[in-house]
Amino acid sequence: MLKKFADDLVFNWMSFKPETHLGKSINFFVYDTVKVFFLLSVIIFFVAMIRSYFPPEKTRRILSHRQQYIGNVFAALLGIVTPFCSCSAIPLFIGFVESGVPLGVTFSFLVSSPMINEVALVLLLGLFGWRIAFTYIGTGLIIAVLSGIIIGKLKMEKYVQDYVYQVKVGSFEVENQSFRQKIEYAKDYSLGLLKKLWPYILAGIGIGGFIHGYVPSDFLVKYAGPDNPLAVPVAVLIGVPLYSNAAGTIPIVQALMGKGMPMGTVLAFMMAVTALSFPEAVILKNVLKMRLLLLFFGIVALAIVGVGYFFNTIL
Amino acid sequence: MKIEILGMGCSNCNKLYQNALEAVKQSGKDVEVIKVEDIQKIMAYGVMSTPALVVDGVVKAKGKVSKVDEIKELIK
Repeated sequence: MLKKFADDLVFNWMSFKPETHLGKSINFFVYDTVKVFFLLSVIIFFVAMIRSYFPPEKTRRILSHRQQYIGNVFAALLGIVTPFCSCSAIPLFIGFVESGVPLGVTFSFLVSSPMINEVALVLLLGLFGWRIAFTYIGTGLIIAVLSGIIIGKLKMEKYVQDYVYQVKVGSFEVENQSFRQKIEYAKDYSLGLLKKLWPYILAGIGIGGFIHGYVPSDFLVKYAGPDNPLAVPVAVLIGVPLYSNAAGTIPIVQALMGKGMPMGTVLAFMMAVTALSFPEAVILKNVLKMRLLLLFFGIVALAIVGVGYFFNTIL
Repeated sequence: MKIEILGMGCSNCNKLYQNALEAVKQSGKDVEVIKVEDIQKIMAYGVMSTPALVVDGVVKAKGKVSKVDEIKELIK
């Protein structure tokens, strides 16, 4: 049905010829754009509704009674429905720690929150299919859970900045929203997000349809192409300090794939960009001592590299 | 009446601050609007998701950028 609309629009109304390259590309662009925006609107709204049932204050309450392992899994899952605003990272971290949420569990949450979200899921799903989307989510969760467990086991509590344990926190009230308020919230959130992300999404789809020409990441491809066994670590190393939301990585992902980079390396790059970033490091430095900060970044980066190699063998 | 905007300086926090200023201007009331960026003060309010809006010491909204109309309602 959607295909028919795209065909009608491009070949009948706009009079492009279906046999031409240009006609086919524009048809693909229209079809994919409508499909992705529709999927995004529905799923972001749906996830925002779920989110309204799990505000950070409630997440904190759920996680504060959990032990390791189960706690890490819960934290990673809850991270998916919690949007990551860098400035909230500090109050959130302090709130968790002060409530007795184990350090490792808090880290599982910190990893999954920026890396796994409904935007990444929908875009990967819409552009690359179920297998890729679910592989990303699945391995992302594994990375979040594992890094959290490892950090927990290393007993790094004394490498959290001292004041964090001394801050007096007020009681965390879980706001009770009526169903109507939740709908309102989900609607505002979805619209806001779409408004912020639409250029990236269009760019992502556009590049997919019109791959050609100069790619600024030439350097990246030269050192991280399909024959280079060091491609994955290099891609991750380059991705770590960079910052972007999931949607912003998609145009680059498309371009890199068009230039022949293996899917695994590309997904590893995407994870490295979203999960870790230099701005995030600067912010986390407020609550973590250098050793723990470096350990956190190191473990997650290593886990992503591992996953990248794994992807390349199975995809 | 006093409005406090809790946040550590990201664009959302600034937007909420601007919205609050606008709401006060439109309401014509004498309301002080201040930004609170000190983490100790933010935690003391029990807030984990910034930006947050506090009116006369009570947290009215958190984790979102309240719209001008919503803020006007709160300071009526």
